[in-house]
Amino acid sequence: MDYVDILALAPYGIGREEKEQIVAERLSWLTAHHREHCADYRKITDGLGYKEGAKAGSRDIPMMPVRLFKERELLSIPKEKVFKTMTSSGTTGQQVSRIFLDEETSRNQQLTLARIVSEFTGQSRMPMIIIDCPSVIRNRAMFSARGAGILGFSMFGSRRIYALDDSMKLNVEEISAFLEKYQGMPVLLFGFTFMIWKYFYQELIRTGVKLDLSQGILIHGGGWKKLAGEAVSREEFKERLREACGIQRVHDYYGMVEQTGCIYMECECGHLHASTYSDVIMRRMEDFAPCGVGEKGVIQVLSMIPTSYPGHSILTEDEGILLGEDDCPCGRKGKYFEVTGRIRNAEVRGCSDTYEQK
Amino acid sequence: MSEDLKSRVKLLCGVYDPETLPGEPFGGKVLDFLGALAKAVRREPGAEAYTDVAAFGFWCRRANLLRMKESLGLAGERIGLGLVFHIAPSNVPVNFAYSYVLGLLAGNGNVVRVPSKEFPQTELLCRAIRRVLEEEAYEEIRRATSIVSYGHDKEVTDWYSSICDARVIWGGDETIETIRQSSIPSRCREVAFADRYSLGIIRPEAIRDMDGEALGQLAKRFYDDTYLMDQNACSSPHLIVWLTDQWQGTEEEKEAAKDRFWQAVADGAGKYALEPIKVSEKYDRLCNFLADTGDEAEVRRCGGNRLYRVLLKTMKQPVDTYRGIFGLFFEREMEGLEELAPAVTKKVQTAAVCGVSREEVVRMVLENRLQGIDRVVPFGETLSMELVWDGYNIIDQLSRRIG
Repeated sequence: MDYVDILALAPYGIGREEKEQIVAERLSWLTAHHREHCADYRKITDGLGYKEGAKAGSRDIPMMPVRLFKERELLSIPKEKVFKTMTSSGTTGQQVSRIFLDEETSRNQQLTLARIVSEFTGQSRMPMIIIDCPSVIRNRAMFSARGAGILGFSMFGSRRIYALDDSMKLNVEEISAFLEKYQGMPVLLFGFTFMIWKYFYQELIRTGVKLDLSQGILIHGGGWKKLAGEAVSREEFKERLREACGIQRVHDYYGMVEQTGCIYMECECGHLHASTYSDVIMRRMEDFAPCGVGEKGVIQVLSMIPTSYPGHSILTEDEGILLGEDDCPCGRKGKYFEVTGRIRNAEVRGCSDTYEQK
Repeated sequence: MSEDLKSRVKLLCGVYDPETLPGEPFGGKVLDFLGALAKAVRREPGAEAYTDVAAFGFWCRRANLLRMKESLGLAGERIGLGLVFHIAPSNVPVNFAYSYVLGLLAGNGNVVRVPSKEFPQTELLCRAIRRVLEEEAYEEIRRATSIVSYGHDKEVTDWYSSICDARVIWGGDETIETIRQSSIPSRCREVAFADRYSLGIIRPEAIRDMDGEALGQLAKRFYDDTYLMDQNACSSPHLIVWLTDQWQGTEEEKEAAKDRFWQAVADGAGKYALEPIKVSEKYDRLCNFLADTGDEAEVRRCGGNRLYRVLLKTMKQPVDTYRGIFGLFFEREMEGLEELAPAVTKKVQTAAVCGVSREEVVRMVLENRLQGIDRVVPFGETLSMELVWDGYNIIDQLSRRIG
């Protein structure tokens, strides 16, 4: 099945058996494709004992450890076909992932994102407030995860403004004017969880400014790691924002630069959902066996999109719990789950490289 | 030592300004002190919870020290150099204590820098050392001892380096490079323990002929060599060479012997704390190896993710590049030690053996004029501290001989 045909399927309308068939077939094809076009990928999958042609279920597709994209340049297209390179937004000094896209993969990411998000926002575009600063997307040669997220979501906005200036200050006047202009209309807000909390919510509280966002839909992602220090739960995040600006509809999402497009949206019940175009398998780390419902494991993400780089099956370093499949009270089909955090750093013993790191 | 420097250093045992105290190696007072220390360590509340602390206590018993002295066969009249400055590695908690003892045995006063990262073992051992040093009989040793911790402070390292007669650096290449930025007096000696690589050599018939109990013992010893230190110690084997020169059974029986060994290792590693982050790192290391190598290799897992075997059908890289972690092992069949010899580089430190004699390996080193392999020991003893380490006779290095 071509990706075009997969994309034509409803994002949350495919039940377990049919889904498995689609996923297994597409991922086996992608595996063969990348084995043919990426020498590193071929050597790794050969070493791991992958047998081409053997009937493989989605769980049999070899997983690439997510760190590999930080350590190696993995691509399945000639370098001159690279249309853009995306990087994860690691802190300074950290190695970042580099993901190489050609036009086809990039376009499919955009189309997929549109299919998924419009299930939550509706088909038509709406006025949009981006809770970030404009400078994030200025350097288009290298897309950071933040810039890519903003650009990706920008297509849902009919008119767009940035809530922050380049010194990260909240543009209260501009936002008020914008809201006044589109009074009574639904407004889309987008940003990264931590930025929203620190530069939007806390600033509203500090200044006592009242914005009326009762018609707003907020979509946010990027994870809770930076907020862990402030002990803000997802529930509290929603509750406090509701108090501060009346916003009713808030959706978190789980996603990563290594599989842009296939994001996992939070439904009205607070569950993250795999769409038709991607899947998750929680893995037991003692033997990589798939976890059962309710059992914590490390998240493997599967995406049916990438043809330009071998990232269709990735073992992340995030932990999560599968909550169920096809039976979320919100009515959407597919697996739903929660992300519980990142796997912790271990204290490594031994006597090499042992002078303390600063 | 200036008041300013003192304020940047945390004194754990002894005094800030240790005396230079050359004495005869294995001096009576030192042996008494160490014997008392061995007892004090074993009596220290909580010590039994740490096998490394207990092993240290056992190692520095008087009888063991005398045995090691015997096997060393010190020649001529010797005396310690004076004052030794030791830099201990940051993630082998008990190493500082071994280094201190080596300095004492050679007949020296000692400054020992323990890592500023806090380990319960450091605290336990320091408490025991302090307790014994407080005894009046050992006042002289106390005045020649300074066990300290401090952060990255080049000025402190500069100071200790300027007053010592020998400097001992543990912790690998990066540490050595950092510490060498602090100069030492021209007559000062230096013993630096660089990054090393180790391997194991086994004849499959030795495994085939073992009964279950002996095999279980071997697996336990192999665990101590590898998993116990996350396979990250210089002396932990990464590669197992299967010597087939004396094999007389069938091909299947040989494979069965290998499988039997690894299965026993995987079973023996059941208690290993295989945290998710370790699996993640190990799997990543495996994938990187597979992508990097031009070798033909087959991967087998044993006991889930507990043990990875990488069966090398070719070995095109220098031997020390086949490096595992957290229970990732490479293995290669060879028809004899002559086949191994060309692969041995300077980096190779320890050869652990089973079914192969020490003499055979030593002969290989000599006959092939090898620069690598400093030790040949049975499995289970790769981590045991000896007076000859990394090719150095440490007692000789830290003392002088009167000609």
